[in-house]
Amino acid sequence: MIRLTTPLGAEVLDLKAGDRVLLSGTIYTARDEAHLKIREEGFPFDPKGAVIYHCGPVVDTEKGVIVAAGPTTSARMNSLTKPMIDAGVRALIGKGGMSAEAREALSGRAVYFAFTGGCAALAASCMELAACHYPELGMAEAVWEIRIKDMPLVVGIDAHGGDLFADVAKGVAERYQQLHWEK
Amino acid sequence: MSSLLFERLASAVAEATRDAEIFLPPDVEAALMHAAAAETNPVARGELANILENLDKAKSLSVPICQDTGIPVVYLTVPPTVPVTKELYDAISEGIRRATASVPLRPNAVDPISRHNSGDNTGQGLQPVHILPGDTLRVTVLPKGAGSENMSQIKMMLPSQTADIPKFVVDVVMAAGARPCPPIVVGVGIGGTFDGAAALAKEALLERIDVMDAYEQELCDAINTLGIGPMGLGGDTTALAVKVKRGFCHTASLPVAVNIQCWCCRRGIREVEL
Repeated sequence: MIRLTTPLGAEVLDLKAGDRVLLSGTIYTARDEAHLKIREEGFPFDPKGAVIYHCGPVVDTEKGVIVAAGPTTSARMNSLTKPMIDAGVRALIGKGGMSAEAREALSGRAVYFAFTGGCAALAASCMELAACHYPELGMAEAVWEIRIKDMPLVVGIDAHGGDLFADVAKGVAERYQQLHWEK
Repeated sequence: MSSLLFERLASAVAEATRDAEIFLPPDVEAALMHAAAAETNPVARGELANILENLDKAKSLSVPICQDTGIPVVYLTVPPTVPVTKELYDAISEGIRRATASVPLRPNAVDPISRHNSGDNTGQGLQPVHILPGDTLRVTVLPKGAGSENMSQIKMMLPSQTADIPKFVVDVVMAAGARPCPPIVVGVGIGGTFDGAAALAKEALLERIDVMDAYEQELCDAINTLGIGPMGLGGDTTALAVKVKRGFCHTASLPVAVNIQCWCCRRGIREVEL
């Protein structure tokens, strides 16, 4: 298991699709609306070496704790990702994989980590809430700054075009062709 | 309805919702453990280990298993002594409001066009409530997340196409790929009407998933041949189970609905004292 700490640098270029990683440091949640807001108004955090987590958490704002924070579907952010990487973001975390367009944006610069969908309690148990940016977007869409310890991730897309999701999908399509249906 | 019964029903709905959000039913947990023990793909083994650890964390921290706490779909058996009135529905919505604040749940309910969020998981047209006759007043809450619900499909097939049903079911699962958080549970409704088939498919998700008949097993095996695996990262288990419910239909019709459920196959049940 590879251990990494944010802010991330060129070490992400050594990662290969399928590698398992324990990530520590600071991450920032951002879904569709946060991406649009960042595009219009700029980053509320330093994007250099930063990690963006595709996530709409449940936050107990009175107690200041993250209650549940599993990943959301990353494909919704496919066309919104390039400006993030251009600004220096080194990694994304989400579920379900991303498009060829996003893979191209990552190429030579950043990686996409998969975190197990639905594992909201496991995620919350290794998280501490640090700050909230753009709270006007509401709980699910705001940018939450979170300190994490040993979050278990899989490299879904590496910086060299390696894409575990695309490889699996190709195998699925081949096996589908081999299924025989009764007529 | 007496105010006492209103209070008991609202409490039961809130408690059933809380149970569903924090604890998976034993048969679902057992199916996940079985999949983890049998898995040969190392990435998939890691994903299933995360899922099982997540279930323990949800229990020990008393928090929802998944941050998509869903839209609560409510099934009610109603004995002859309990009148089915507007208050019955009001008590259910009151229970959901309480659960939203106390568990807490993510407020997921929005107006379909303006997308305005009600903030408490209720709203016009909610809750989806299915009422069945029974001996006791029993509440079953099935919180349905959007990731899997969005991948569900219905098809009005021709009566001559019964042999094509398995292909349609596998096509829906294949099109869904990684998005509904596999390993999934697949609810299939065959027959009924356009709306009835969808209701049958969802009701199928209320059944125990550790038993399948031959037809269901065949569908499940075909899906698992695909190798989508946990979270679409490859592996032996794409579906934990397929559950099929049939209903008589018009002689000129064959509606088939496929309702996908993520690995977080939640259901909470409470009996209400009368």
